[in-house]
Amino acid sequence: MSQSVPAIRLKEVSRHFGAVKAVDGVNLDVQDGEFFSMLGPSGSGKTTCLRLIAGFEQPTTGSVQLYGAEMAGVPPYERDVNTVFQDYALFPHMTVGQNVAYGLMIKKVAKTERDRRVADMLDMVQLGGFQNRKPSQLSGGQRQRVALARALINQPRVLLLDEPLGALDLKLRQQMQIELKTIQKQVGITFIFVTHDQEEALTMSDRLAVFNQGKIEQVGSPAEVYEHPSTRFVAGFVGTSNLIEHETAKRIVGEPGTYSVRPEKIRLCPPDSPIPNDSFAADGTIQDVVYLGVNTRYVVQIAGGELTVVEQNLDSTSMDALAARGRPVRLIWQKAHMRSISD
Amino acid sequence: MVATRRIANFLYVRPWLTLILMLTLPLLWLGVFYLGSLSALLVQSFFYLDSFSGTIVRQFSWRTYGDLFTPSNLDVVLRTAGMAAAVTIGSVFIAFPLAYYMARYATGRTRGLLYLGVTLPLWSSYLVRVYSWKLILAKEGLLTWVISRLGLSGVLDGLLSLPVIGGPSLSFSYFGMFLVFMYVWLPYMILPISAALERVPRSVIDASADLGARPGYTFRTVILPLAFPGVVAGSIFTFSLTLGDYIIPKVVGDSSYFIGSVVLTQQGTAGNIPLAAAFTVVPIAIMGVYLLMARRMGAFDAL
Repeated sequence: MSQSVPAIRLKEVSRHFGAVKAVDGVNLDVQDGEFFSMLGPSGSGKTTCLRLIAGFEQPTTGSVQLYGAEMAGVPPYERDVNTVFQDYALFPHMTVGQNVAYGLMIKKVAKTERDRRVADMLDMVQLGGFQNRKPSQLSGGQRQRVALARALINQPRVLLLDEPLGALDLKLRQQMQIELKTIQKQVGITFIFVTHDQEEALTMSDRLAVFNQGKIEQVGSPAEVYEHPSTRFVAGFVGTSNLIEHETAKRIVGEPGTYSVRPEKIRLCPPDSPIPNDSFAADGTIQDVVYLGVNTRYVVQIAGGELTVVEQNLDSTSMDALAARGRPVRLIWQKAHMRSISD
Repeated sequence: MVATRRIANFLYVRPWLTLILMLTLPLLWLGVFYLGSLSALLVQSFFYLDSFSGTIVRQFSWRTYGDLFTPSNLDVVLRTAGMAAAVTIGSVFIAFPLAYYMARYATGRTRGLLYLGVTLPLWSSYLVRVYSWKLILAKEGLLTWVISRLGLSGVLDGLLSLPVIGGPSLSFSYFGMFLVFMYVWLPYMILPISAALERVPRSVIDASADLGARPGYTFRTVILPLAFPGVVAGSIFTFSLTLGDYIIPKVVGDSSYFIGSVVLTQQGTAGNIPLAAAFTVVPIAIMGVYLLMARRMGAFDAL
């Protein structure tokens, strides 16, 4: 990743709507060519951030830079970024071909070249020959591809995607995730991807930022954010996490603080199992069992709280798993998998 | 309780029966009164008045339609159609910005007040409003006074001295009539346009800017085409209402004939119902041609 001029730089950016601080003092660098995700619950400021980059909103304070150029007062139509909208925002009165050609029409590209590039672009999103259809004749997934083609044909330096897969069903969403990734590698431009789906953010991104209440909680690679959540919010929002704090923390770790450990890092062992030197342990009783097919989730009652444990169903069947309810167990996990987090 | 539930269940599993119950009355109304009277009108227009005996000859003939093309009648048709076209175009220019503001910017209270303001005139009597305009436009009326206070009397005099649209005063000129028509039909133009604009998603306008279009380009290629069905709907109202009106041409203007007033005279005092009917068919024909043209131009593509 080049450490030269970042594709996007947000410096102390805030956007207030009346008393609501939609974006509140955000600092962020996105590198050229990155697939960068903005992850957060609805109302966390991620979409507003995207709109600030696109130019639909102006920051209340702070500065937005695009490849080093200050964007204050630059309208969307003069920014070298394009957006794929959550509702696709296709022009309903135009054909697919006219939709995709829109940006080229504005740039007054000659008709023959325009037609060729539209055809190429539609081929790339696997909609070859759809030029004369109307958006209303397409399925959700096809509209999504048209929106993508319409944005990419302008060869923007940055493509902004606002929850583009939110309206698709699971199978199609997974297929589009792979396709988007492929297309991003193919065109080699920076993608900024807004989503509230943590799994999507983890699987697709080079790096991601976790938003909460207008602020960024953590920025890092998917593995970093998942393995080392730095705040309580990230630990809870990205994947599920066990929080160990107060007295329980003191008893298990020996030091007070707030710690997080992922459910899949904890092993269920028989009571009285030996505790290796590099591990922590806690004794408890299995309260609840949820059989999930691939794995099973156990809720274990320990002194002063509950821990969730996820185990792969390697040998066990649903019958075995469900029979474990009420059984005393010892939970063991490596010290390295437990992280101290801030609030 | 039990009975209503049984009726409800009975109807729920027989949607066609519900449909019949629901539509019988309106369809009867539509068929008998609406289409019935319209076809009676059409039939009448093919009869003719025997000028010698003054009686109506109930025989098929194109003669009455031929009468429409006498210079004086053609004059009436062209005058009315010209006024209707001018009123429609004028209304679009006044209604569009207001409708745009109402649909895209106004929120909450402001929006409610604007809608109320637009529809409020429809609550009071049409005649009262037309006569009050006569007073406003009169030579000694409010408007002339305001204009002279603003020192713009010269402009008004210049306007009134123009051929065709001018006259001795605003209340006796086509221009004054144009103003009153526009005032009276404006709500019918504003409401369909704002309804059409409200259906244009914010994101579509954002998308256009995002793809590099300046506001003017977005307006021409996205907003206007998507609002056009509303403009056409509004213009159907203003155009056809102006074509058929007979009160405003009587109250305001130089009392020259318009289609509506001709129809009134022909079937009232003159007793020439066939000619009145033929005159009534004119607006229908004009509207038909207008709608075909609008469809050709793609006005309904976005529907």
